[in-house]
Amino acid sequence: MTTAKEALRVVGQAVIDKKSYLTDLDQAIGDGDHGINMARGFESVFKKIAVLDDNIDLTTLLKTVGMGLISSVGGAAGPLYGTAFLRASGVCAGKTEIDAVTAKAMLDAAIKGIQDRGKAKKGEKTMLDALIPASEAMDIAIKAGKTEVECLADAVQAAQKGVEYTKTIIATKGRASYLAERSIGHQDPGATSSTVMLEALYNYLE
Amino acid sequence: MVGIVIVSHSVKIAEGVKELALQMARKDQLIIAAGGTDTGDIGSDPMKIQAAIEAADKGDGVAVFADLGSAVMSVGLAKEMIDPQLAQRVCLANAPIVEGAIAGAVEAAMGSPLEKVLETAYGARNMEKQ
Repeated sequence: MTTAKEALRVVGQAVIDKKSYLTDLDQAIGDGDHGINMARGFESVFKKIAVLDDNIDLTTLLKTVGMGLISSVGGAAGPLYGTAFLRASGVCAGKTEIDAVTAKAMLDAAIKGIQDRGKAKKGEKTMLDALIPASEAMDIAIKAGKTEVECLADAVQAAQKGVEYTKTIIATKGRASYLAERSIGHQDPGATSSTVMLEALYNYLE
Repeated sequence: MVGIVIVSHSVKIAEGVKELALQMARKDQLIIAAGGTDTGDIGSDPMKIQAAIEAADKGDGVAVFADLGSAVMSVGLAKEMIDPQLAQRVCLANAPIVEGAIAGAVEAAMGSPLEKVLETAYGARNMEKQ
């Protein structure tokens, strides 16, 4: 049986496993701590969710994840992903199963949270360049009547394309903006970690 | 008296700005440094910032000074986590952290209201250096 807690564990572990990769990406255009920060964040989250019931509801779980990341990440990803998880937790309140429409609403709330916090928009070489295309792809998939897992597959594919797109653009937000044109050719670490999470969720649910 | 909170990625910068500002302002001016992560590493910690804001408020509000990136974001998040009534009298100064905090602290120490403290801090943006 798939549970929210197990799904979250898989997603967090995927990020922890990519620690060096994410840090290498961030060393090229940022302050070089994205992988370390995210791994520390999810390790702290794991400790917090270990004490929760195995069948804990998704809202409580996501709230715990959000607060856990906020209190332990240390870099910009903490407030950004923390806000994203907190906002998503508000959308699924009272639900025991997540359909594609709810999943997209959660993703959209997360995107809105990231935008409120970071004041960024699409095309600025941030995590939004993976997440907004993912949401758009999900919307099309839902309208085409696809299953939940198929919708998520399309979202993952769009996010992966989004990561590739970040290689072609100049960073105007965050530490990478100091590099201006020199940021071209490098993929965005935040867009990458967002995609890692979506991929892990898809692999778990598939 | 308006309280001052200094938020930097670096514990040392936050402490150093506090030290500089206190040298200029009255010694009893409330200035709280909230630099680095909870382990003292480079970064920012919304919980630490939240606690600093709560400790800095004596009813007249708090002017917060931050350096860059996640420090600014963490202040925004801390404001969302504190009591909404307190949040109304907490404002992130649109000013450089060193010059702004010194100008703001001097203004606060004179007993000026939050608006005036923020205005003076904002004015520190225009400090000519050439």
